[in-house]
Amino acid sequence: MSDFTSNFWDFYIVILTVGALLFCVWILAVMGKSKKEEKAANSTTHVWDGDLTELNNQLPNWWRGLFWVLLIFSVGYLLYYPGLGSFKGLGGWTQTGQFDKEMAALEAKTKPMYDGFLAMRVEDLAKNQKAMGTAQRIFLNECARCHGSDAGGAIGFKSLRSGAWNWGGAPIEIEESIAGGRTGVMPPMGEVLGGEPGIKAVVAYTFSLSGRPHDTNLVAKGETLFEENCAVCHGADGKGMKEIGAPDLTDNVWDYGSSEKAVMRIVEFGHNSELDEGGFAMPAYKGVLSEGQIHLLTAYVWGLTNR
Amino acid sequence: MKFFSHETLETKLPWLIMAIVVVISIGGLALNVPLFFQGSTTEPVAGLKPYTALQLEGRDIYIREGCHGCHSQMIRPFRSEAERYGHYSVAGEFVYDHPFQFSSHRRGPDLARIGGKFSDEWHRIHMRKPKSVVPESNMPNYPWLMKTPANGKTITAKMKALRILGVPYTDAEISAAPGELVGKTEEDALIAYMQVLGIHVKSVR
Repeated sequence: MSDFTSNFWDFYIVILTVGALLFCVWILAVMGKSKKEEKAANSTTHVWDGDLTELNNQLPNWWRGLFWVLLIFSVGYLLYYPGLGSFKGLGGWTQTGQFDKEMAALEAKTKPMYDGFLAMRVEDLAKNQKAMGTAQRIFLNECARCHGSDAGGAIGFKSLRSGAWNWGGAPIEIEESIAGGRTGVMPPMGEVLGGEPGIKAVVAYTFSLSGRPHDTNLVAKGETLFEENCAVCHGADGKGMKEIGAPDLTDNVWDYGSSEKAVMRIVEFGHNSELDEGGFAMPAYKGVLSEGQIHLLTAYVWGLTNR
Repeated sequence: MKFFSHETLETKLPWLIMAIVVVISIGGLALNVPLFFQGSTTEPVAGLKPYTALQLEGRDIYIREGCHGCHSQMIRPFRSEAERYGHYSVAGEFVYDHPFQFSSHRRGPDLARIGGKFSDEWHRIHMRKPKSVVPESNMPNYPWLMKTPANGKTITAKMKALRILGVPYTDAEISAAPGELVGKTEEDALIAYMQVLGIHVKSVR
C-alpha cells in the first residue's frame, strides 16, 4: 500500500531506483568498451615482484551478457509489478489481492462441500468417513488445545469422550455450545457448608451417588447439606441441570479431578470465583468458524460417543 | 591522475569507503526510509491502545523469558496461515511496539492473534505445565511466574521511555502505573499481555 505523507516520496523512490539502474547501465557500458589486450593500455600501474602487473581488462562476455539480461528483466518487472513509488504496476498485482484470490479459490472449492454437510443431519454426517477426516483436522487446530487431541480433555477442560454432557449431548445442544460458547459458574460453598467437616460430608454423599467408596457415617449429614445448598442447581437427585450447565454428580465423571481432595477443592472454592472474566469458559466459535465448519464439528463431537 | 578513475578509488581509502557506503545504502534508502512516511505503516489500526502498565510488564517478561525465540507474532498473508491463526498481521497493529516481537522462528505456534482465544485460566494451567493441557507440547514449564511478584519499580521509567518513542501515555497513566502492578504476579502480567495481542483486527466468516 502506498499512502505516503507527501508526493516527495514517490519521486524519491523513483529517482533512487531508476538512478541505481542507470548507474549499472553506465558502469556496464564503460566496462564493456573493447580494450586491447595490451599491458600498456590497460595497466593499473600496479606492479609487484618486478614483473607482475595488474591489468584492468574487460569483464568476461558471459558475465556482462547476464547483467544486461537482468537489467532488461528489471525494466519489465518494474513495469508489471508495483515498485516505483505509487505506480501500481500494469499487472495490478497486490499482496492482499493475491491473498484474497487464494481465499476465494478455497471458498469456491469448499463451499459446495460444506453446503453438502449442512444439508445432512448430524447423525448421518458422523458416519461419513471423509467428512470426519476434515472435521478431525479442524478439531486438532481449534479444539485440541483444551479438549486434547484425543478429545479426552484435561483437568478443568471437559472430556468429550466421557459421554457426560453438562450442557446436553443432543446434536443441537452441542452445536449451540460450539457456536455460542458456555460459561458455567460453581459458587464457592466453603463457608456456607461450614468449612471442612461440611464439605467432607457433602463430598461423601456425592460419592455415594456415583457408587464410589465413601465414609458412610457422613452420608446422612451430607444429604441434608446437599438438599439445602446444592440441589438448587444439581437437582434433588444430583442428576444436574443442563440449562445452567450444572453437571450430573451421579455418573462418576469428574471434570476437575476425581480425587476426594480435588472434588473438595471445587466445592470449597468453586470455579470462576477467584478469577476475573474468562475462567474456564468455553469460547464462542461463531464467526471464528463458518456455519458449515461448526456443523461438521458438531457431528465429530457427537460421533465420539454416538457412533 | 583523473579524479573519476579506478586509481582514485583504489588509492584514496576515504573515497573508497564513501563510495561503498553510498552503493550499499541505495537499497535500504529506497525500501525502508519511505515506510516511516506512510499512513498504513505509522498509524494505529482502529481501536489499538498502548499497553497498560500490566500488559507492558507482561511484554517485558515475554522478552525476558525469550518467548520470541520460539513464537513469532507475524501472520503472513497466506491462506494456510490465515486458516490456522486468523487475519494476516498489518503494520498498524505494531505501531506502539518498541521493539516489535515479530520474531522469525516458530518452534511453537504464532501468537499474533492469541488474544481472547483462550481463557485466563487456560493460560495459567498452560504456563505452569504446558503438557497438562497439550500432551504433545515441547514448551518448557514456567512455574516461577506465578510466584514472582510483578516488578513495579521500573514501570514508570519504561513508560516514560516509550513516550519519548511516540507511545501516547498520559501523565496520569504513568503515575498510576506502579499501583496497577500491586498484588499482581508476573504470570498475571504475561497473561494480560497475551490476551490483548491481535484483538483489533478480526476476520469474520
